[in-house]
Amino acid sequence: MTARTRQLAERMIEHALWACAGLSILVTIGIVGVLAWETAAFLAEVSPLAFLTGRTWTPLFYNQSFGVLPIVAGTVLVATIAMLVAVPAGLTSALYLSEYASPQVRRVAKPALELLAGVPTVVYGYFALLVVTPWLRTWIPGLAGFNALAPGLVMGLMILPLVASLSDDACTAVPRSLREGAFALGATRLQAARGVVLPAAMSGISAAVVLAISRAIGETMIVAIAAGQQPRLTANPLVPIETMTTYIVQVSRGDVPTGTLEYRTIFAVGMLLFVGTFTLNVGSDWLRRRMPGGRR
Amino acid sequence: MRACLLPMACGLALLSALPLAGACARAAGPLRAVISVDGSSTVYPLTEAMAEQFQRVAPGARVTIGIAGTGGGLRRLCRGGLDLAAASRPITGGEADACASADVSFIELPIALDGITVAVHPSNHWVRHLTVDDLRRLWRHQAEGRMMRWSQLRAEYPDREIHLFGAGVGSGTFDYFTSVVTGAPRDSRGDYTSSEDDNTLVQGVAGDPYALGYFGFAYYEAHQEHLRAVPIQAGDGTPAVLPTRETIRSGAYRPLARPVFLYVNARSLDRDDVRHFVDYYTTHVGDLANDVGYVPLDGRVLAAVRGRLAARRTGSLYDGHDGAATLTLAARLGVESR
Repeated sequence: MTARTRQLAERMIEHALWACAGLSILVTIGIVGVLAWETAAFLAEVSPLAFLTGRTWTPLFYNQSFGVLPIVAGTVLVATIAMLVAVPAGLTSALYLSEYASPQVRRVAKPALELLAGVPTVVYGYFALLVVTPWLRTWIPGLAGFNALAPGLVMGLMILPLVASLSDDACTAVPRSLREGAFALGATRLQAARGVVLPAAMSGISAAVVLAISRAIGETMIVAIAAGQQPRLTANPLVPIETMTTYIVQVSRGDVPTGTLEYRTIFAVGMLLFVGTFTLNVGSDWLRRRMPGGRR
Repeated sequence: MRACLLPMACGLALLSALPLAGACARAAGPLRAVISVDGSSTVYPLTEAMAEQFQRVAPGARVTIGIAGTGGGLRRLCRGGLDLAAASRPITGGEADACASADVSFIELPIALDGITVAVHPSNHWVRHLTVDDLRRLWRHQAEGRMMRWSQLRAEYPDREIHLFGAGVGSGTFDYFTSVVTGAPRDSRGDYTSSEDDNTLVQGVAGDPYALGYFGFAYYEAHQEHLRAVPIQAGDGTPAVLPTRETIRSGAYRPLARPVFLYVNARSLDRDDVRHFVDYYTTHVGDLANDVGYVPLDGRVLAAVRGRLAARRTGSLYDGHDGAATLTLAARLGVESR
């Protein structure tokens, strides 16, 4: 191969790589563009104030109203329940893995925990509907067949490995010398973990939590299967609710003609979701960059 | 590392597009083609059973069945993207126009009878029967946000929140139910759990002591031990009637009994596999309808339907009239004098 053909090949590879990278950026821009375009068309007909502060959401029905709060409330309710499970359980597993577990245990336990993240979400959804809800009903007799509680708990289980794994990374990144200093002062392991490692890893842990919230908000399959499809402005976890993602699924599966106002609601809701998760992800990134040893 | 991943991702994207292209190429061949069916989830159990049987006698055939709802199925049919649409109500004038403007003609085949069943949880001991007027007060759009408790329906019912489950706006069951119950098609409250998938509704009602829902008779019959059907009283002085095979066939279960349909893309009938499937369907639907919870059509009516298929008579018997049937199916088909 002469130097010239090699140079040519190198150039072609470089261009191909550039095209691939450019494609993914273009696709992202395209998606955001379509979202923004359709949302603008939607907001031209429905005032943003009515959309963001309205308390009833019935865009497909006879009394049309476009108040997005009920499905936002459903999303927040399920995500809150999920975080109530995932944060305590994830943090304790992270502390155990980084401070207590022997290297052998860690080698087995961490991948095992991460296996949870590999379960398809549709499986989690039916697990919530067919196992967790009936089981919960032996304790809570008034629980409806579709409710926010069961999918919330199961979603917590699903994002637990995310919280645990990222928090574990944050704890392991805390310099050894800090821990040794604590031990030298006579601290027990628990005291060192609570007083030194946790505060030092706090920004990394916060980043993990924020990322987990963003996952919980965007999660679709579990809530579409087990949480019901009734937009309802409530904090009661025992009745059927509808989340933003479920609404989008419901409309896309159904019968709404494209180009109508009803159809555009899914873009407006999608935009709201996008803005929410995007803000959270950026926040998480910002927190992670402040993590000790994580400066890049 | 990052630079290596990108071309891999691009390659993967290309690879994943390949099977799609392959599927398109295969669809052109007459033998390996897929017969595509979409539409009403209420009709789904019947079509699924027919497809299963058909694939046993014609092993080369492949049938895919979707449950987008009657409206979704008919819209796909009228765009020419579907061989058969299952429907739990007749095609509307607007949908027929969409078909005509896309140059798609269809053959309408009534295949069985269904009765929309209003069901409650088995532990519900207070509802003995409901009148059509009760249903109207409960489901009309004025009830939204107001009629929230059982006691509001009738004073003697318990003062508990009522949880409603009903057909989604894309379903023919929704169109039919609203037009006969509230008096105007699509006039319905919106604050209930709505789904195009009857299984979701069955699960909702079966899991909630304060629930009330409506869905196809087939789904009620398949889950009888978890549900209780409510007898419906059509008007003053008429008795309340429980949906059963007999009352649906005789027409006594008024006004919620209705025929369900198969709409065939006339062009698809030129394909051997589609023709065989439709022929098989209309020949054997009577035997199978009973097993999966539908009420078979009368023999003479089914013969008239097969006659329409043989003659490839396109267009709708209902002539695009929305809403409730005023004529019986037999009268429309001309096998019964009015």
